[in-house]
Amino acid sequence: MISEMVRIVLTATVLMATLLLSMPSSAQNLEAYQFDEPAQEAIFKELINELRCPKCQNQSIADSNAELARDLRDRTYFMVKEGATKQEVIDFMVARYGDFVHYQPPVTFVTSILWWGPIVVVAIGGLVIVFRVRQQRSAEVELSDEERQRLAALQSQANKDEER
Amino acid sequence: MNKGWRWVVLLLPLIAFVVLVGFLLRGLFSDPTELSSALVGKPVPQFTVPDLYQPERSHTQAVLSGEPMLLNVWATWCPTCRAEHEYLNKLAAEGVAIVGLNYKDDSRDKAVNWLNTLGDPYTVNLFDATGSVALELGVYGAPETFLIDAQGHIRYRHVGDVNERVWRGELGERYRKLRQEFAANASGEQSK
Repeated sequence: MISEMVRIVLTATVLMATLLLSMPSSAQNLEAYQFDEPAQEAIFKELINELRCPKCQNQSIADSNAELARDLRDRTYFMVKEGATKQEVIDFMVARYGDFVHYQPPVTFVTSILWWGPIVVVAIGGLVIVFRVRQQRSAEVELSDEERQRLAALQSQANKDEER
Repeated sequence: MNKGWRWVVLLLPLIAFVVLVGFLLRGLFSDPTELSSALVGKPVPQFTVPDLYQPERSHTQAVLSGEPMLLNVWATWCPTCRAEHEYLNKLAAEGVAIVGLNYKDDSRDKAVNWLNTLGDPYTVNLFDATGSVALELGVYGAPETFLIDAQGHIRYRHVGDVNERVWRGELGERYRKLRQEFAANASGEQSK
């Protein structure tokens, strides 16, 4: 019975793995882009994964099937082939499509909340903890002698009640 | 602890909550596919592109200056372009200068046929078969409409169809303002 279950699980795992491996990692056939220099090919591959398709918003131009993504890939290809640096291609795209087209937004006043927001939130959290701990400490007041006697009396009273 | 401070600290979560609600509420009514153009305030990029009707004739960026005008990016494969066409015809009849940029159409014949049957609202017809001019303009779909001033600077971009509501809204407002300024300048120069 158990061995049968193990077998089913194993088969399922193998099937899933085959399925996942057989899926193309990228929707595009990028073989059309041939380079003579491996360095240029590396820049091209980095770029098409970093540039975002303005039409299909949540895909890079490497992943997208949209016409526009193909145009941008072609343009990237020609620019890299002609010796453009990575930054030159990014600047070219940003000048036309805005910061949106690059997955790494620059640090400007508008985007500063993205970069510093999380740190600010953690800092506020830290401050709150420090504040609360301090408050608790100052709340621990010393008992006066009279109060201590009363406490002792109450405790002994309670003990006696329990014994009964 | 100070009493005033206590109130501030107690109110802080409420304030943060209200700000967050406001932010998210705005998000509900904003369209994430509407991107503002990176070219606003910049001159129209340089280009040379053939005329739609006469392949041997070509136009440059010079056609996009001289008076405030619209540059409409369209194609026959774009259903929304069909939807806005009637309205563009109406605007053209009212004297609005519109330059048409045919963007990566299936064929020249199809585009010409479209204008012959539905009417041609454009003062100049540019034929951008490869989409290279559109790429220079940061076009990412059709229809898109650019507002260009008399000096050939891009002032505004509208993504989606132009209709009565849009023309009453920001695009139309800006166009009318540019027109007024242009008319004032022209009469000023004449009186000199």
